[in-house]
Amino acid sequence: MIRSGAIALCAVLALAVSACSERSQVAEYKQGTYQGKPDTPPYQGAPYNGDRAAWERAVATRAQAQNEYKRVNQ
Amino acid sequence: MARMKFLCDAERCIECNGCVTACKQEHDIPWGVNRRRVVTLNDGKPGQRAISVACMHCSDAPCMAVCPVNCFYHTEEGVVLHDKDICIGCGYCFYACPFGAPQFPQQGAFGVRGKMDKCTFCAGGPEPNGSEAEFSKYGRNRLSEGKLPVCAEMCSTKALLGGDGEVISDIYRERVTMRAARGTTSGPPWGWDTAYGQGGKS
Repeated sequence: MIRSGAIALCAVLALAVSACSERSQVAEYKQGTYQGKPDTPPYQGAPYNGDRAAWERAVATRAQAQNEYKRVNQ
Repeated sequence: MARMKFLCDAERCIECNGCVTACKQEHDIPWGVNRRRVVTLNDGKPGQRAISVACMHCSDAPCMAVCPVNCFYHTEEGVVLHDKDICIGCGYCFYACPFGAPQFPQQGAFGVRGKMDKCTFCAGGPEPNGSEAEFSKYGRNRLSEGKLPVCAEMCSTKALLGGDGEVISDIYRERVTMRAARGTTSGPPWGWDTAYGQGGKS
């Protein structure tokens, strides 16, 4: 009788204390999976026809045109 | 593999809005939508600067995280693009974006909001490269032509740089070194840490 009373008391106390807990209010976003259509890489089709290395070379060369220190000294 | 990034050098931007105009012309963008815009910092005060802002194609893009229909994706080159066919125009991405990049065409009655439009790094979208469908939805695909974003390429002072992150950070580093030799200083490029992590390393 005493034992069951003690268990009930513990349960009531645990229930009372649980009200003191706090859930995080900050939303945690999870990255979803892309649901749309697949895209083709920029080097597919003309003028590179799948030649990724050629495309990368072309873009790298083009990017250097933004460096006027190099352009001036050419 | 190239990891495409934008870098805006606030010391050089003269607020000419040439990047904005070039972008609108290149992609035939309608009235009310500005994929790129020039923002003035400390307007009218000593130290006034201007920066050109558009989608920075973040490494860990918040728009991708909040999109309820998962219409965003990262290309192999690190460009953040989206599929307009499944975008519902909810506007969550606009609230999540630290750069205010997502734009919504507002045509028709009752302020109806259309599908989101934003800078594509001149990389088109999920349609065949160079197709009419791609142009009408996303604009011209300059990357597939071996070119870089038109805003950066036509910038008269080369304040706006676009391209492989390593290449453009090397260009900026060289500039900063030259400025230091002249006795002037310049801070880290605006928005770089926000978009690409601390030090722009990711």
